[in-house]
Amino acid sequence: MNVPNNLKYSKTHEWVRVEGNVAVVGVTDHAQEELTDIVYVENPSVGAHVEATKGCAVVESVKAASDIYSPVSGEIVEANEELSNTPESVNDDPYGKGWLFKIKMSDPAELNDLLSPDDYSHHIGG
Amino acid sequence: MASTQTYKRTPLYAAHLEWGAKMVPFGGWEMPVLYTGIVEEHTAVRERAGLFDVSHMGEVLVAGPHAEAVLNHLLTNDVRKLPVNQAQYTLMCNDQGGIIDDLIVYRIEPTVYLLVINAANVEKDFDWMNAQANAPVVLKNESDTTAMLALQGPMAVSVLPECSGIPHFHIARQLLAGKQCRVARTGYTGEDGFEVLCEPADAVALWTELLARGKEFGVKPCGLGARDSLRLEMCYPLNGSDMNGETTPLEAGLDKFVSFDKQEFIGRTALAEQRRNGVPRKLAAFKMTGKTPPPRPHYPIIAQNRKVGEVTSGVLSPTMGIGIGMAYVESGAAAIGSKIEIEIREKRHPAVIETKPLLRRAK
Repeated sequence: MNVPNNLKYSKTHEWVRVEGNVAVVGVTDHAQEELTDIVYVENPSVGAHVEATKGCAVVESVKAASDIYSPVSGEIVEANEELSNTPESVNDDPYGKGWLFKIKMSDPAELNDLLSPDDYSHHIGG
Repeated sequence: MASTQTYKRTPLYAAHLEWGAKMVPFGGWEMPVLYTGIVEEHTAVRERAGLFDVSHMGEVLVAGPHAEAVLNHLLTNDVRKLPVNQAQYTLMCNDQGGIIDDLIVYRIEPTVYLLVINAANVEKDFDWMNAQANAPVVLKNESDTTAMLALQGPMAVSVLPECSGIPHFHIARQLLAGKQCRVARTGYTGEDGFEVLCEPADAVALWTELLARGKEFGVKPCGLGARDSLRLEMCYPLNGSDMNGETTPLEAGLDKFVSFDKQEFIGRTALAEQRRNGVPRKLAAFKMTGKTPPPRPHYPIIAQNRKVGEVTSGVLSPTMGIGIGMAYVESGAAAIGSKIEIEIREKRHPAVIETKPLLRRAK
């Protein structure tokens, strides 16, 4: 299972890439494999306020709709619009083209609550 | 008291794991929902062929000189119209006309009938049949001693050329891979194909043989996920989702499987009354009109700003690339072409009521 070293992870299988005070968020390789064929992504609107550990997006596979939990609190500054045409990017490239949204963090200290790559690998039984 | 639910496993359980299946509980069984992906498996069946383990389905034998009369009392369709070696889709209803189960009856001998029933209903159906049989008849629950594989798709007949002589909706005894089987030209996908009934001990050999033969045709093992999306494109109702003891065959649009011109049968009085008075709601097929989240069971159906029904089955159709589904809709709002909205996470998305089946192809 691909767990890149430069990211932080939530127990609910989101990843975070920190770019200054912005957190880029997506779902992990493990999550996309569990979800299977992703056919629809409902992202939060730009400007929306999201709270750490609270549901803020929905990723739908053929068989089920799954909530995506925001790993940190803050304001949505960008959502991946491409996914409305190519939701399968979440399966094909979960850490790249399949990113979901970007949050301007209101409390970067929340990053400390996230898992390291090693801890996340352990969490998914790797 | 703490209890862990245990699920039944088919004889192919180990084979599924070997093929990389994701297993899920279904109707009291642990079944493969997918191997590599629902869309890929769905497409394999529409374009080539797919192999399903449907051993969870129940089988009941009804035999004896009164078998025909008993079945005509228990079931809505007219079993007198069923020649030997042929199959008939039919329903078993309660006194109110509510659907206990939908099933296929195969007349395998002049006075021996094989009923294939839904996995989750085996005990309920068998008990009901025993309690309601109105003449002496042999009823045998063969569910635990029968395995079943379904090979479905346009290339199924290339994989099983020895079965090419079995006409649509017929059943025959057939030796496959050295094993005695019954092969029926039936299925739940809308494609040509076969359902193979065999001894549980022979299931693995047949599974392996069919996949080995199918390799050159691109045949894939397929899970319940693809089975569901395939049947929904064809608007085949799923028991427990699109019908239950509270819904009648007339509401479910299954009128042609209810034979009012035979003698008394269970549910007839209620159904005849409903036929006279009209149904309050109908199982309608719908298609989303744009890019929307996939419709799913229990989403409200809105028309003229009012809830007029509820989705019972929904999926993003792998063949059509658009959200499709079925829903019970008040009869007044269920006309073909009616515009409706589906409420998904508090947002309304446009859809239109369509004719069944939703998937129509150029012949």
